[in-house]
Amino acid sequence: MAFSDRHLLGIEQLKQMDIIEILNHAEKYVSLNRKSKKKSNILKGLTQINMFFENSTRTQASFELAGKRLGADVMNMTMQASSIKKGETLIDTALTLNAMNPDLIVVRHPQSGAVKLLAEKVNCSVINAGDGLHEHPTQALLDALTIRRTKGRLQSLSVAICGDIAHSRVARSNLLLLNKLGNRIRLIGPRTLMPSGVAELGAEVFEDMYLGLNDVDVVMMLRLQNERMDGSFVPSRREYYHRWGLNSEKLSYAKKDVIVMHPGPMNRGVEIDGTLADDINHSVIQDQVEIGVAVRMAVMDLLSRNVSE
Amino acid sequence: MKTLLKNARLIDPALDCVKSGYLIICGDEISKVCYGKVVEDQKGFDRVIDCNDKYLAPGIIDVGVKICEPGERHKESFRTASLAAASGGVTTIITRPDTIPAIDTPEKLEFVIKRADSVSPINIYPMAALTCDRLGLEMTELGLLRDAGAIGFTDCDQVMIDHKVMLRCLTYAASLDMLVQGHPQDNTLSAGASATSGKFASLKGLPAVNTIAEMMGVQRDLALVELTGVKYHFDQLSTERALDPLRQAKKNGLNVTAGTSIHHLTLNELDIGDYRTFFKVKPPLRSEDDRLAMVEAVLDGTIDIISSMHTPQDEESKRLPFEEAASGAVGLETILPASLKLFHNNSISMPKLFRALALNPAKRFDLNRGTLEANTKADLVLFDADTPFVLNRFTLNSKSKNTPFDESLMQGKVIKTFVNGEEIYGESANE
Repeated sequence: MAFSDRHLLGIEQLKQMDIIEILNHAEKYVSLNRKSKKKSNILKGLTQINMFFENSTRTQASFELAGKRLGADVMNMTMQASSIKKGETLIDTALTLNAMNPDLIVVRHPQSGAVKLLAEKVNCSVINAGDGLHEHPTQALLDALTIRRTKGRLQSLSVAICGDIAHSRVARSNLLLLNKLGNRIRLIGPRTLMPSGVAELGAEVFEDMYLGLNDVDVVMMLRLQNERMDGSFVPSRREYYHRWGLNSEKLSYAKKDVIVMHPGPMNRGVEIDGTLADDINHSVIQDQVEIGVAVRMAVMDLLSRNVSE
Repeated sequence: MKTLLKNARLIDPALDCVKSGYLIICGDEISKVCYGKVVEDQKGFDRVIDCNDKYLAPGIIDVGVKICEPGERHKESFRTASLAAASGGVTTIITRPDTIPAIDTPEKLEFVIKRADSVSPINIYPMAALTCDRLGLEMTELGLLRDAGAIGFTDCDQVMIDHKVMLRCLTYAASLDMLVQGHPQDNTLSAGASATSGKFASLKGLPAVNTIAEMMGVQRDLALVELTGVKYHFDQLSTERALDPLRQAKKNGLNVTAGTSIHHLTLNELDIGDYRTFFKVKPPLRSEDDRLAMVEAVLDGTIDIISSMHTPQDEESKRLPFEEAASGAVGLETILPASLKLFHNNSISMPKLFRALALNPAKRFDLNRGTLEANTKADLVLFDADTPFVLNRFTLNSKSKNTPFDESLMQGKVIKTFVNGEEIYGESANE
C-alpha cells in the first residue's frame, strides 16, 4: 500500500498515487453505501472525535456518518460553545482530547495552519476538515471522485473554478489536486476575490464567465459569503449574479456534456441559478454529497491502517 | 587603566577598511588606533590582550530593542537583555517605548533610566512615545521627555492614521530638534495581515498585505518630513518598492534615514514554511527579491542601519495558529552571526556591515561611539567570524527564546565585549 501518512492535512502533501489510491478505495464504499446494510466493522472499537471550531452541518454530518458506518464510536464536539470560550488554547484542547486516547480526530478551524498545529500535539490521526483559507482536502477528493465517475477520467480535463477564490479553501485544495493529476484549471471571478500570485500556482485566470467557461468539461461553483456581497468585495448581490452567477446561458459556452458542481451550501440566485442547480443533465451536486461520505470512509479506513500497523 | 589589544584585525567602518594592527584603551576611551606592529613598550600597560588575528570592531548599536520592563518582565528584563547584548557584541541599546504601559511621561521614562542604570553594564538610551499610549491622538510632553533623557520619539509599530496629528507632532519635534522614528505602513491595507501577498501566502491561505502598503507609508511620512523638516528615521524598510521614494528623498536633501531588520536581510517568506510562528515578524517576511534588494540597499547606503528589532515573546504567545500568534523575534544575540552570513556569502564587506551596525546608528543618534577612532568611547567587540555553531535557542540569555535561527548553522562567536573601556563579556569579564 502506498498511502502511508498518519494524517490527512492537505492535498499539498499527497502524491499522485496517494490520491488515486484513496479514490479507488472510495469506490468500494460508494457501492457499500448504496446497499441497505451499510455497516462495516473496520473501525470497530476505535474512537473518532469531530472537533468543529467553525459552524458546519454537512461536513460534520458526512464525517459522523462515515465514522458510524465503519463501526467507530463517534463523538461530536462543537468547540465555539466550550473550552475556547473559557480561554483554553488550541494546543491545550488538543492535549486534553489526546489524553482520552482517540484514534482519529477530525478538525475544522477558522485559521490556516491550525489543524497542522493540533496534529503535531496528538498521537492519533488527524483529518483536516477545513483550516481557514488554506485547505479542505476531503472536499477536493470527493470532487475528484465525482468527476472521475461522471467523466470516466481524471486527467486532461478543463475545469473552471468560479467565484470567491480568495476566501476558498475548497478552491485551493481542488487546484492542487487537479493539477497533480494533469488537468487544466481556470479560475474565474471578480478581481477583488482573486488571490494574488495565483496564476503561478498553475491556473489560468479569467474575469469574464463567457470567456472562462468556453469549452470546459467541469464547472465548480463556490459559495459567496453574504458579508462579502455588500459592497466590500463586490458591489451587490444582483451585480454579482449578473456577472458571475451561473445560469444556462453562461453554461452554454461550456462543452455539451459539462457537469456543474458546488461544495454547498448553495446560495440559489447568487452564484447559481436555482433551476440549473437541479438540472439532472448537468448538476452533480447531490452526487458530491453522496460520494463525500464514501471518500471520508476511505480516508479514515486508510489512515487507521497506518496507525495500527 | 590602560589596555593594549594587539594583533587585531581592525574593522574601521569610517575608513571602509580592515587592517591588522592594535588599539589602546585608556580609561573609558580609545586613545590610539595603529596599523602594523606595536611600537610602544608593552610593560607600560595594565593589561595586554593578544587578539590572535581576530576581528576587533566597534560595538554594535542596536536601534529599536524592546525590553519588556515595565509590564512584561517575564519576557525580558534589563538584566537579561544586557546579558544577551553583551554576549552578542551589542554595546549600546536604543530601547522602544512600546511597553505596558507605554513610555509616554517623564516619570515612566525615569523608571526606565533608573532600571537601566542599576542593572545594565551596557549603554542604554531610551526612546519615548510620540503620542500618549501610542494611540496617535495626543502628543506626549516631548520637551519634558527630552529633558528627562529621551533620545528620540516613536510610536513603534502603531502607525498614526490622522495626518493632522502626525503633522503637529513632527512640527513640534522639529522645533526641539529631536529625532522621530516611524514605522512605514499604510495600516488600513495591512490590517489583519500576517504575510506578504503573493504565491506563498495564497498557497498557505494566510491573510496578506501587498508590499505597496509599505511604500505608501514611506510616501506619506516623507511628505510630512519635507513639510516640517524633522529629523526622521524609518525603523525598518523591507521591500524594494519603498526604496525608490527613500532614495529620491535623500537626494532631495531631506533629513531622513532608514533601517532594516537582520531578519529581513537573511530570511524570506518561504522560511515560514508550515506556519512556523517564530518567523512571524512585523512587517512580515518578504519575497527573496525583496530580501536581495534590501541587501543591495545596505551595501549602497540607501539603508543606513541594521537592527535586530529584538522583540521578546513568551512561548505561549507563539504556540498558537499563525494568524493568532504574536509577532516578533529576539535578536540581540544573533544579530552578529546572522549579519556574518552576509559577509560569508560575499554579499557585504566587514566595514560596510559595521557601518550599518555601529557607525551609522551612532551618527544618527549623536553618540560619540560606533567607530575605531581615538577619543571616542571604547565600545568594542572582539570576535571570531568563522567559529561554526548550531544555535540552540534554550542557550540564549534572553528570557524569551523566540528566535527564527533555532537549530540553524551559524558562524561567528563573540570573544570579548568592551563597554566604556571595561570588558563586560569574555573569559575575564568577571575577574
